[in-house]
Amino acid sequence: MTLKTRLIPCLDVMGGRVVKGVQFVDLRDAGDPVEAAIAYDAAGADELTFLDITASHEGRDTIFDVVARTAEHCFMPVTVGGGVRTIEDIRKLLLAGADKVAINSAAVNDPDFISRAADKFGNQCIVVSVDAKQRLDQRVGGDNRSEWEIFTHGGRKPSGLDAVEFAVAMVERGAGELLVTSMDRDGTKSGFDLKLTRAIADAVEVPVIASGGVGTLQDLVDGVKEGHASAVLAASIFHFGTFTIPQAKAYLRDHGVAVRMDAPAAA
Amino acid sequence: MSLVTIVDYGAGNLHSAAKAFERMANGLGGITIEVTANPDRVRAADRIMLPGVGAFADCKAGLDAVSGMVEALEERVVRGGVPFLGVCVGMQLMASEGREKVVTPGLGWIPGAVEKIAPSDPALKIPHMGWNTISITRPHPLLSGIPDGPDGLHAYFVHSYHLVTESADTLLATTDYGGQVTACVGRDNMFGTQFHPEKSQALGLQLIENFLRWTP
Repeated sequence: MTLKTRLIPCLDVMGGRVVKGVQFVDLRDAGDPVEAAIAYDAAGADELTFLDITASHEGRDTIFDVVARTAEHCFMPVTVGGGVRTIEDIRKLLLAGADKVAINSAAVNDPDFISRAADKFGNQCIVVSVDAKQRLDQRVGGDNRSEWEIFTHGGRKPSGLDAVEFAVAMVERGAGELLVTSMDRDGTKSGFDLKLTRAIADAVEVPVIASGGVGTLQDLVDGVKEGHASAVLAASIFHFGTFTIPQAKAYLRDHGVAVRMDAPAAA
Repeated sequence: MSLVTIVDYGAGNLHSAAKAFERMANGLGGITIEVTANPDRVRAADRIMLPGVGAFADCKAGLDAVSGMVEALEERVVRGGVPFLGVCVGMQLMASEGREKVVTPGLGWIPGAVEKIAPSDPALKIPHMGWNTISITRPHPLLSGIPDGPDGLHAYFVHSYHLVTESADTLLATTDYGGQVTACVGRDNMFGTQFHPEKSQALGLQLIENFLRWTP
């Protein structure tokens, strides 16, 4: 018996609708995140992540409805990220049926928020999003900095924080898991930033989810074997129907990565 | 109409637990699922589920803070024999004591202590988070119809501590994470799972259905 590597599809949601089209054959409404979630559940996804990229404050309430409706149909862990800034935001998402929340900007702006959130809800439901980019100046080593810097606002705003130091500090404050995204690789389909993933995974005790850049199934294997990730997250390769969840799992299994191959729960 | 109460004491993903119970209850019929912080509703229940996430001491303090709840649980579960399911920290609370950060007395229903898991392989991450198979050590009606072993179904775990029972008789299932980790405990009308049945797809839904049918 071994703990299995988790395969996590991510759905980008804006105003209650899936932003990128999801190519499932049987969906009545491919833009409905709940329909997509149900399809991923049936396909054997190990967890599901909703990333709420709604820009306006007014539109944000739609995510609570999405989570609540998903919880009625999908009996697997659900993580929600995007715009999580207050204890009340977390409480509302957990009450709606989320199991974990992913926190990015608020963790950078106010590290103590992570301590308070972990104390309140438990480390297990606090995921910190580590959005990192390679530094432009490569003077690494002299000042003990790693090669990567933390960015916020979807990779647009540099924080000046060192990515590995930030990751370690967040775990000390109570993050139960880290979602490590290479903002250089995100959307490029050129594979995870394996050096970044490994640098953080080896520096912390908690599980790391590798994210950003998956283009092939081998990228998933590399994220686990080379990047030392406990879970791999991908969006585009599943949304656009390049690969299915069962294909990805079979590939992982055939390349020596232990995955869960249970038949899905009867609907 | 039989009543199943899910105890609300401020700890846990109650909505998803309630939804999983409702789904299985709908299939069986004649069952109402109620999330409640009212000890009187717990007293009226035909079955009781105690959830729990976070730290042992916080959960125990949260449960103690609901006036009359521990008394209601003792009355119905220990003396009344009502079927009881504890999940995650809700299961750990059944122990004599928790040893997470500080030593905290538990409900004392299952002799044993809640201790940090210590995987033999230092590369293994803590918490033990994700999907793992279980090994049934003592057959039990709640584990009926659940394939175990390396090729069995998977359960979803998220925890850094587990209940080490004093007696092998109360250890019903284990998992392996660099060593033996407690997955299920129980005695008489009480059952506890370290994993989350409400998040464990096929395995979890089967266990919940078994609980709703269980007549200890």
